[in-house]
Parts: sequence; structure tokens; C-alpha cells
Amino acid sequence: MTFPGVKALDRVDFTLRKGEIHALMGENGAGKSTLIKCLTGINDFEQGEIHLDGIEEPVRNHSTKDAQEVGISTVYQEVNLCPNLSVAENLFIGREPLTGIGTIDRKTYTERAQKIMDELGVVVDVTRNLEYYSLAIQQMVAIARAVDMDCKVLILDEPTSSLDDEEVEKLFNVMRMLKSKGVGIIFVTHFLDQVYAVCDRITVLRNGKLVGEYPIVDLPRLKLVAAMMGKEFDDLQSIKSDENNVTYDELEISARGLGHTGTIKPFDLDIHKGEVIGVGGLLGSGRSELARAIYGADKANSGTLKVNNKEVKINQPIDAMNLGMGMLPDDRKAEGIIEDLSVRENIMLALQSKNGIFKLMTRAQQNELADKYISLLSIKTPNRETLVKQLSGGNQQKVILARWLATNPDFLILDEPTRGIDVGTKTEIQKLVLELSKEGKSIMFISSEIAEMLRTCTRMIIMRDGEKVDELSDDLTEENIMKSIAGGDKK
Amino acid sequence: MKLKKPNLNSHTILLLITIALFIVLYCLGCILYGKKGFTHLQTFLNILITNAGLICIACGMTCVMLTAGIDISVGGLVAMDCMMLAVGMNKGIPAPVMVLLVILTGLVFGVMQGFFVGYLQIQPFIVSMAGMFFTRGMTAVISTDQVSITQESSPLYYAWANYKLKLPFGGYVNNKGVYNAPYIRINVVIALIVLAVIFFMLRHTRFGRSLYAVGGNEQSAAMMGLNVKSVKLRAYILSSFLCSIGGICFSLNTMSGSVQQALGLEMDAISSAVIGGTLLTGGVGNVIGSFFGVLINGTISSIVKTNGKLASSWPNILTAALLFLFIVVQSVFAAIRSKKAR
Repeated sequence: MTFPGVKALDRVDFTLRKGEIHALMGENGAGKSTLIKCLTGINDFEQGEIHLDGIEEPVRNHSTKDAQEVGISTVYQEVNLCPNLSVAENLFIGREPLTGIGTIDRKTYTERAQKIMDELGVVVDVTRNLEYYSLAIQQMVAIARAVDMDCKVLILDEPTSSLDDEEVEKLFNVMRMLKSKGVGIIFVTHFLDQVYAVCDRITVLRNGKLVGEYPIVDLPRLKLVAAMMGKEFDDLQSIKSDENNVTYDELEISARGLGHTGTIKPFDLDIHKGEVIGVGGLLGSGRSELARAIYGADKANSGTLKVNNKEVKINQPIDAMNLGMGMLPDDRKAEGIIEDLSVRENIMLALQSKNGIFKLMTRAQQNELADKYISLLSIKTPNRETLVKQLSGGNQQKVILARWLATNPDFLILDEPTRGIDVGTKTEIQKLVLELSKEGKSIMFISSEIAEMLRTCTRMIIMRDGEKVDELSDDLTEENIMKSIAGGDKK
Repeated sequence: MKLKKPNLNSHTILLLITIALFIVLYCLGCILYGKKGFTHLQTFLNILITNAGLICIACGMTCVMLTAGIDISVGGLVAMDCMMLAVGMNKGIPAPVMVLLVILTGLVFGVMQGFFVGYLQIQPFIVSMAGMFFTRGMTAVISTDQVSITQESSPLYYAWANYKLKLPFGGYVNNKGVYNAPYIRINVVIALIVLAVIFFMLRHTRFGRSLYAVGGNEQSAAMMGLNVKSVKLRAYILSSFLCSIGGICFSLNTMSGSVQQALGLEMDAISSAVIGGTLLTGGVGNVIGSFFGVLINGTISSIVKTNGKLASSWPNILTAALLFLFIVVQSVFAAIRSKKAR
């Protein structure tokens, strides 16, 4: 199997045993997705064979339906269900029990669906439409669907990236239950903790090649990361510069009582030039909403905002852009990337809309700029005209980052810039953030990973339930942050 | 356990709005033109008789739109069906043979459109636009004249068209003292059967639910093991098949064939479906809604006709206003929903 310009998978052996949870690890573009797509019949492969227990002939699937018939089910990162159908229908579509006259037996499958969801410990009314429920529940429905299909092999492709801790634990319980029933599970994730929590064995891929297969006890974290990255582990702790006690005095952004009814309560916030400020808190605590209120994506309806000590009014994102702001949204599929445009066009977008339609850039200028950022951020792409949808997730994220860097912003909001991308790219992005701050740019860094923010931020604000509850700068330790996020009495 | 709330989602509300609107419009007609006979049951039945063809076609259109597709060839296909029937009858071919021929033509035509849309993955708009030009062209190839079906050309077909199925209730005595029993014609029976069958199919068969799944999220539907190509193929076959049935209903009402016939009928079918709450983006809709959409359009025409003084362009303008209203209501609901989801 090849992708444009790059061989995506090169003679990889992979063995999954009955009743084991097998982690498939690798950086972005390592070939994990491609391997899975070959197994499930979405992509065809050029050489090699797949063997399944109980089937004599080598298996070659041509569609997901083929794969399901031989017992291979997959749950993807993006929920692949139909939001306009009920939960029960999503569980049973295409294989509904039929009544004697050939119509679907709604009563039976509704009961069965409710039983399945109850067994998984998910509280839902299966007759309601799926779109009514949160992403996490939708993900559980997708898993329930796969589980119920009597699969022998269950592939979980980053199923946890939209789940909170409690839901992840529920998922793990389900995985362990299936394991005890003899199902082989392939688990793809970027969260190392989760790998060590449930997996028995790890297979590492790199650049489409097999690095090796290891029992979990033989591969401690550092070795795993080293295997994935193919180089000695670049100690992440060390990337933060030693000039830790630089003081910032020039104000870039200053908000007083800024708020947006219904999403975020009024907050005060100062951001200095050249500062990296972290925004921490649980999912849904108002982190993104804080950024959206500053950026004008949700027009603030109270308070004042000063940029460079001048009071400004931001009604919509273009106003913010003209004031030198940029925002990398957390949902890159929905709000950021335009998949059917090329890398160059995606990089140009923000700059073009900032300049207005009358200031056209020549193609040569565009090419130059695109090439500059492709090499600066080391975006892995065959060339600048490749469509963005053909790139891997981490590289798409870099393209959006390049888009905002091209507008040369003074203040950049990064909302979960490292979600769903591999450790290597994460480090690169973190380093880049620090470099940008050295150039005097202010950066707001929103992330769920505390360790990551500890490495990059000098100051952190903590959100809880749509409210700014704390600001930490000197006592910036993991423990303090956790305490603050959790709330309750401090110290 | 929580108490189960009635499953009132925005789609059900939209359907209720459509039905309420029909009732309001009809009452308006009754109040304004009660003296001209609008209150008689027959006025309502006449709306059904005139629009029987459109009901069948709107059912087919709804199925296609559920898959996020569209079929704008239906107007042309109806014209071709009517012309085939008219010319065939005049050549002395027995009516049942012609009816079967028309249905067969519809099936073949549907297979072709469905193949292009489903298997070659060409935009449904383009495919059915080609279909529209083809059928209009073929109508003219068969005959450029206005051909009528008379009692002489086919007594059987004539008898079908003029058969009155009298209802045992709702009659009235006219000013000469004669009792008029309300009646419907065969085409209304056909249309109502089609409506019931498609309603049942959409709710209770695998194919029906697949249509919703494909329209809800095509990629997901494929991932869940549905054969998306085949579902689309069958949707277009169904649309053309129902369109042929609708063409026969239409012909039974007009008893003629002409190149200019059923112009813009595809738009009537689409607007009926949209007013009935079917989304152009697919996955949401119901034939009951489309049925009421047809009735709303029919009521507007009927009111304008009964008035007698209003220009015939008024139904178009009113339909435009209604479409606009419904699209606004739909997007308001969509906005509320996405806000909730956030």
C-alpha cells in the first residue's frame, strides 16, 4: 500500500493472539492507520497475506462488511455512526432481526439494544436519536456495536481521545471483559498511560516499517518512546529554557470583566509580551470558551479588552486578526482544516482573508511562503500542492499552525494543539511555542496535559465550570495544578 | 429509572407545523370561499384527484432526498409517460400493455440513473438533469402534437379515468335538490396505496432504514457494513418507478400527452418534500410530511382558482413564501440543536 510519494507500509508482520490486548504504537505517518485499513478492507494491499484462526485460506477483505463477516470490527477515533438514527438503530442497522414477514422487528432489537447498553453501564434511552447524546456516549455506542457483532478481532483506533477518565475506565473494563472472552484487541492510542494500563503486548511501527513486537514488561516507557521516534529520547523536560525567571512587563492583552453569557463568566486576564500562558481545567470547564471570548468567536457581552494598552472592541474573528491575533481551534476537522485544498492554499487562507480580497499575492510569493513554513515546521508532505486530507493528523495540525504563523500574529491562541498527535511532533510543537515566545510573541496554550503545560508555560490560569478560578505562576507544580483544577480547599 | 419523555425532537415538531399549516390554510379557504363550495368534502377530494400523480412522485423524491440525493428528471419522465400512453392508446395498443410498458420504462430509466449515481458516483443533480433533458427530448421524438385519449381510442382506459368511487358520506344536496355523493377516482386510490406502502417501507424495512443511514452519514453507513452503492441504486429505481406510477395517475387525470406537460413538476415534488420537513442534506424526512406538502400546494392553487380573480402566478409566490418560511424554521431548529450540542 502506498500513499502519494511515500510508501505507507513496507513488509510489516503483525501477530495478534487470542485474548490479548495489543497496542499498536508509532508516530504519525508510521503506518498504523494504513495497517488497520488493510486489515479491515478499506485499503487494498499489494503484497503479503492475512491469516485468521479457523479460516484456511488467506483472508483478503474488500470492504468493512467482508471484514465484519470474518470477525474483524473496528471503532474509529471519529465516531462512525449516523446521528439521525436512534441509538438502537445504530447498533443494529444492516443486521436488524426480522419478523416473519420480512420487516424489521423493532421491539426485539430495541430491547436487545437497551440490554447491551445496560451491560456496558452506559445510561441511555436507546430510542432517542444518537445526535442527542455527547460524543463520549456516541463512542460507547460505536464500541457496543462492534462488541455485539461477535467479533474475534476488535480494533480500537484512538477511541479514548474524546473520553474523560471515568469513561476511559469504563472502556477498559469492557476491553478486559472481552479479553477474558478470548477476543483479540488491537488498541491504537497516543496516551502512554493507557497503554500500560491495559495492554499485554506492544508492536511498534516507524515510517511504515516494523520496529519490533514486545511484551509490555520488556518495554518501559522511555524505551517505547525511543523505539517510536527512532532516536535516543530527547529529554522533554530539558526543552524549557533555563531563563525561567524572566520578568515580563509590557502588556499585550488585558481583559477586565470579559464574559459571554452562557459560556463563560466574566474574567480578568493580563497577558504580557513574550509570555506563554497556560489554560488548564477539565474538558468543558470553559478553556476554549475563554479563548473564544477574547478572539471574538463568541462575541463578549460584558467587560473591556485592551490590546497594547488600547481599548478595542472585537465583534468577530476578523477584528481580532486585524489586531494581530490568531487562533488554532481545538477541532481541526470542523473548524480548521479545509481538506480539499492543498497545503499551500491552506497556509494562505488566514493571510488572504486578513489582507482582504483585493491584495492578491502572486503565485511566486505564495510558493515561497508555503515552502518556508513547510521546512520551518518540517511538515511531512510530498509537495506543497498535495491535498491536506492526504496528510496525517499531526501534519494537518502543523499546516494550521503555519497558517497562523504566516499572518505574523503578536498573540496566538493554541487550543489543544497537540491532541491526537504523536510524541515526536508534540515535542516539536512545544519547542516551537517556546521559540515564538522568545521572538516576543504572546501565546495562550490550552491543553489537557498538565505535564505539557509545565514544560512550556510560565504562568497558568485554571478554569472550572465556566469560570476562571485560579492563577498560578511561582508555585507551578503538577500537584498544585491538580489541586486547583479539582477545586475544594487549597493547601 | 427516569420517566420516559415523549420523543419530541425537532423533526416531529416540523412535521406538526406542516400539518397545522395545512389545516390553517384549508380553514382559511373555507372561511373565505365557503359560499363557493369550499366547505364541501368534494373540494378536498378534488385536490387529491388533481395531485394524485404528484403524491406518488413526491414519495419517490422523498426517498431519494433521504439519501442526500435529488431527482429532477421526474417532470420529464411524467411527460414521456403521458405521451407514451396517449400515442399508444391511439395506435390501438391495449391499455394494460401500455401501463406495463410505462412502468417497465420507468424501471429501466431508474436503473440507469441509479447506476450512474451509486456506482459511478456522479452528482445526482447532473445525472438527473441529463435524465430530464433525455426524457423531454424523447417525449418530442414520440410526438410533438397534443395527443388526447378519447373514448374511441381506448374505451378501457377511458373507463378507468372516469370511474367514480363514491363515498358513503359527506355528500350535499345542490340548489336543484339533487344529492351529490362525494367521489374519488382510481388515481387517488393508487396514490394513497403508494403513500401507505412507502411510509411502511421507510419505517419497517431494512431498505427504508438504510436510506436514512446513507443520508445521515454516508461514510458511517459504509463503515457499518451497508452497501451504500446498492442502496442508492435502489433509491433511484424506486423514484423512477413511483414516478411512472405517478405519470399514469397524472395521465388518468389529464387524458392527454404533450411536450409541454408536467413542466416544473420536479420542483413541485421537491418543494412539497421540503415543506414536509425533508432536508436536502439527507437523513431526515417522512412521506407523511411530503403528502401534506403536496396538499398545501394543492390548497393554495385551489384557493386561487376558487377566487377566480387572482392571477395564476399567485400560487407560485405563495409557495415561494412557504418554502422560505420552512427553510428559516429548519435552520432555526438546527441552530438550537448545535447550541445544545456544544
